[in-house]
Amino acid sequence: MKFSITVTLKKDVLDPQGKVVQNTLINMGLNLNNIRQGKYFEVDVNEKDQTKAEKNVDEMCKKLLANLIIEDYKINKLK
Amino acid sequence: MKSSVIVFPGSNCDRDIAVALEKMKFTNQMVWHKETKLPNSDLIVLPGGFSYGDYLRSGAIAGKSLIIDEVIKAAKRGCLILGICNGFQILTETGLLKGTLLRNRNLKFINKNVQIKVMNNETKFSNKYKKNEVLKINIAHNEGNYFTDNNHLKELKDNNLIAFKYCDQKGNVDDHSNPNGSLENIAGVYNAKKNILGMMPHPERMIDKLISNTDGTNLFSSLLN
Repeated sequence: MKFSITVTLKKDVLDPQGKVVQNTLINMGLNLNNIRQGKYFEVDVNEKDQTKAEKNVDEMCKKLLANLIIEDYKINKLK
Repeated sequence: MKSSVIVFPGSNCDRDIAVALEKMKFTNQMVWHKETKLPNSDLIVLPGGFSYGDYLRSGAIAGKSLIIDEVIKAAKRGCLILGICNGFQILTETGLLKGTLLRNRNLKFINKNVQIKVMNNETKFSNKYKKNEVLKINIAHNEGNYFTDNNHLKELKDNNLIAFKYCDQKGNVDDHSNPNGSLENIAGVYNAKKNILGMMPHPERMIDKLISNTDGTNLFSSLLN
């Protein structure tokens, strides 16, 4: 069972890389209000039960993939 | 005093700290990260560098390495732990120290000598310094921008757990003397029991007049005191 995980900095945490990307896009004449940079993972879990698989992926996020002091994460099931 | 320096793939200040410890008459041992047993030590050092190439987050992978479980156990027993630069990042990733180190606010790797102020001189790591003493010390990092939540910041202040703050030559702590954007100019912090110190500046680079200065010496002599 495959999942995608997106890790982004929390709303109140300064994202200097995102800021530079944002300024560059604005300088290029593109229209945007705000952009935040994050990380993307795809994980294939050897588990048929979706609840169990999701729990497993959630544990991965909490224990390693995200630093919960500064980051939030979202899990999505992939087809 | 017996010390152990943990070596990760990508550590690059491990030999500098070993030289400093041996110069100060510590009996030092190097410990590879795949070891599962720590030699009997009074002090464990997590050195600077780029463990695991800073993959995922600085210190994140090293923070889950085999030897770290032993370091955590030793820390809970009260063993002295010193994390310098990447070592500080690893300590925050293990949870032994709260908070985290974000990317420098100017998005640049900073390598220069800066001034830091000794905020608490009553710990195992700092008793040979004077309170508010200003040290000239090297920093070399890309992620040294200390960040923590308001509750923990209050805890740090109330319990005198801020070890060092970035300042100017006169000891003024202000935004101008903050090289990396750290919260309240914080350059190093202790845990609640004050047996763990994490700091971004490199005291091991300041032990020899010929190549720099000796402002880092007293950190090691404090430990021996």
